[in-house]
Amino acid sequence: MNQFSTHLLALAPLAILCATIVTVMLSIAVRRHHFTAATMTVIGLNAALLSLLGVLQVTPIQVTPLFIIDDFSLLFGAIVLVASLACTTLAHAYLETLPDRREEFYILLLCSAGGALALIASRHFASLFIGLELLSVPLYGMVAYAYRDRISLEAGLKYMVLSGAASAFLLFGMALLYAASGSLEYAGLIEGLANGGAHQSWVLIGTGMMIIALAFKLSLVPFHLWTPDVYEGAPGPVSAFLATVSKVAVFALLLRFFTLAAPATHDWLLTLMGVIAFASMLVGNLLALRQRNVKRLLGYSSIAHLGYLLTAIVAGGELGTEAVGVYLATYVATTLGAFGVVTLVSSPYSGTDAGALHHYRGLFWRRPYLAAVFTVMMLSLAGIPMTAGFLGKFYVIAVSVESGLWWLAGGIVAGSAIGLYYYLRMMVILFLDEPGESRRDAVSGWGQQSGGIMVLLLAAGVAVFGIYPQPLIALVNAAGMAGG
Amino acid sequence: MILCWLLFVPFIGGLLCWQLESRHAPSQVPRWIALLTMLIVVALALWLWVTGDYSLAGGAVGNAPNWAQEFRLPWIDRFGISFHLAIDGLSLIMITLTGFLGVLAVVCSWREITNRIGFFHLNLLWIIGGVVGVFLAIDLFLFFFFWEMMLVPMYFLIALWGHSGSKGNTRIGAAMKFFIYTQASGLLMLVSILGLVFAHYSQTGVFTFDYVVLRDTPLTGAIAYVLMLGFFIAFAVKLPVVPLHGWLPDAHAQAPTAGSVDLAGILLKTAAYGMLRFAIPLFPEASAQFAPVAMALGLIGIYYGALLAFSQTDVKRLIACSSISHMGFVLIGIYSGTLLALQGVIAQMVAHAFSAAGLFIISGQIYERIHTRNMREMGGLFGRMGALPGFALVFVMASLGMPGTGNFIGEFLILFGAFDIVPWVVVLASGGLVMAAIYSLVLMHRVYWGTPKSEASLGGLDPREYSMMLLLLVLTLWVGLFPNTVLDISQTAMTEVTDWFAVAPLPTR
Repeated sequence: MNQFSTHLLALAPLAILCATIVTVMLSIAVRRHHFTAATMTVIGLNAALLSLLGVLQVTPIQVTPLFIIDDFSLLFGAIVLVASLACTTLAHAYLETLPDRREEFYILLLCSAGGALALIASRHFASLFIGLELLSVPLYGMVAYAYRDRISLEAGLKYMVLSGAASAFLLFGMALLYAASGSLEYAGLIEGLANGGAHQSWVLIGTGMMIIALAFKLSLVPFHLWTPDVYEGAPGPVSAFLATVSKVAVFALLLRFFTLAAPATHDWLLTLMGVIAFASMLVGNLLALRQRNVKRLLGYSSIAHLGYLLTAIVAGGELGTEAVGVYLATYVATTLGAFGVVTLVSSPYSGTDAGALHHYRGLFWRRPYLAAVFTVMMLSLAGIPMTAGFLGKFYVIAVSVESGLWWLAGGIVAGSAIGLYYYLRMMVILFLDEPGESRRDAVSGWGQQSGGIMVLLLAAGVAVFGIYPQPLIALVNAAGMAGG
Repeated sequence: MILCWLLFVPFIGGLLCWQLESRHAPSQVPRWIALLTMLIVVALALWLWVTGDYSLAGGAVGNAPNWAQEFRLPWIDRFGISFHLAIDGLSLIMITLTGFLGVLAVVCSWREITNRIGFFHLNLLWIIGGVVGVFLAIDLFLFFFFWEMMLVPMYFLIALWGHSGSKGNTRIGAAMKFFIYTQASGLLMLVSILGLVFAHYSQTGVFTFDYVVLRDTPLTGAIAYVLMLGFFIAFAVKLPVVPLHGWLPDAHAQAPTAGSVDLAGILLKTAAYGMLRFAIPLFPEASAQFAPVAMALGLIGIYYGALLAFSQTDVKRLIACSSISHMGFVLIGIYSGTLLALQGVIAQMVAHAFSAAGLFIISGQIYERIHTRNMREMGGLFGRMGALPGFALVFVMASLGMPGTGNFIGEFLILFGAFDIVPWVVVLASGGLVMAAIYSLVLMHRVYWGTPKSEASLGGLDPREYSMMLLLLVLTLWVGLFPNTVLDISQTAMTEVTDWFAVAPLPTR
């Protein structure tokens, strides 16, 4: 194989996604058909997922100065693609009754997934920015997709305005770093600084600004204010997408940036990250305590979880990278499951999603398996043994203990203890039998729908990896990051 | 292999209960399945008891402990975690106890629980499974795994089938409190476990969670002390030791009878077991340093628990608070570290499990008849309930440590064994026995004597209730009259604990 075709192969997943986007767009131009569009999306995502196996033969490889395709990016790419697939299956059942054009949703979703793939593989500021924008811009549309519902439109606008501000920070930060080092590649930053080296403060400010922008996307405290509103307003499948794909991609990028670009590992910055992590754990959990809306609650809980996860970056090291992989995999499965159940209960679309706690009252006695799935997900989010979430929590505590970051370990313990309160409250509501004020239910055949099968599989996965995590750990360990 | 069966039978039985429940008519099938499951557990445990060899053989420090049976499967190679079960005399006693109380818990909810029977028994059996796992696990990760796992079904048991008490004292609140207390302290233990593992890793370059290997990790003063505290706090919450006891009265009062029986009978014992098995052998020096504090906490517990018990008006809360007092003796016994006192701890745990279970079951039966647990609304029940008050009298006497009952053996051995080491603590603790007599008699007096509210008979005991009471009665007296049945089995394991303690000279000696 010559070099060109190797490079082409390495970019195959991205290329397949782009081809799918075009195909779906053309098919809509010919004839609008919801099922066809969804099916094509699913096929495209599956093909991209399969192509990862082929790419495995050529990793690690640098493709143009922009991308590095290594096992690390394949692992996270796979997580992104699986999560997108899950969101597609949820979206199909959800959008069935949307009184509007439904097919374009899949184009937006594919674009966003493509952006995520690009972001994960980026090793250069240009691909970082393009990837991040490609990830975010379609999301504005997706969040506001049910725009006849005011709350969805509001969420879309809010996300767009704040996201735009974050992008500005990102660009400014990059510009400062470029001015200081003369390089746009992460790895090149070090050399540039070694040669020039005069502008230490510029580097710190630049990196700090980039962290602000990324922390916004990850909804870390104090850049978290948009999260609950957007999670609540966005249609169920979009909240799921936002909580998984966008978080995974940005976090993978953050990890790569911190591993490759030395200025980022400055003590002062690490302390700052530690403080952000600590604040996120506590604030996220504390604010979730008084929530009466499941989607807002999950939004706050995601703030806390990203806080836990950030510990791994602060600690760094090999175990840190491993912890990020394991934690993100378990977090994605759990979050998808939780939002999946919320979406199934709210499907098909009929105005605002079933978010209030009382909608879920007694769900166990009406839909036992669906409620069992939700219970497993809540336990997993709370980090109780026998679920995958425990594995993630185990890893972050292990990482913080290993690096002697006792205060962060303490934060995780305190955060988890607070978090238990609302996870348990959410969970027990499913089992109460007093009638709620207004019940909403999944359709009776939910278990046979693709979305239903998907959440059942996720629950099985969360339980299996909670009890026998060795394969997952081995997989994450195999997915090392290539230098440069 | 039999250890695996012991562990998995309750889990499988629980799932069967849930799945085989008829969707339409309430059926008795889950009850019978649950009963059968628990009887299998008891049978397995007794079989181990009869066939195993738990006699004293070696047991010197540094040697491999004398497991009667062992089972090991690799589990998470990355961290050297294995699925490692083992049984010795200590675990065997605890597991047999778990089995007996499990049977009682199933039988005593026969009439009390009428809705969601299948799901109830799923939770009940999974608690038992988790507890058996705690007693069998010898890998620290596995131990923690079961330690946390058993909380979830207990939470459901209290939250879904509990009684809501007065305002602001709901069953869900009680369940939540129970869960958060234990889970948060459990996470502290996880941090400690990881600290220990990484300390071992930095010295040897080997990741392992194996108890036997980690026991030999040399640790220096401060870090050992901190790590030991992590373990101690987790166990202290569960035991409970006084400043951390806040969850216990609520959880007991709000739980259904079966839940209270499990809580008082076996969940509290997991904490004492954890101290004997893990906290002391893993950190002997730090534990020895900490012993005076622990014993002081035990003393406080004895008196504070007794005072709390005295001022309760709810029968179940009274019994729950008396548990705090009794567990104070256990704490003193454990940290005095002599063989006699440790054997006393075993006897006390077994006897307390039986007497507390008896009292909880009786208050459940009273509740079924007069629908209150408030002692102000009782009085004069003697003669109106057939044999029930008679049984109650026996268990109350057991609880105050009357000779002839197991509780007497336990308290006597603890005080006797600890006297050499800490005479003043023993002198003060003995005062607690007087307090126990006071609140026990107050309980007896308020409920069964006094002016009856009416003369109507409330119905005597049916055969099911009668046989439960009789079984507990026989067991209590058996432990009181033939304590060696239990103590012979635990002798080796307790000698090992003493050996570990002996390595570190007690500062109080």
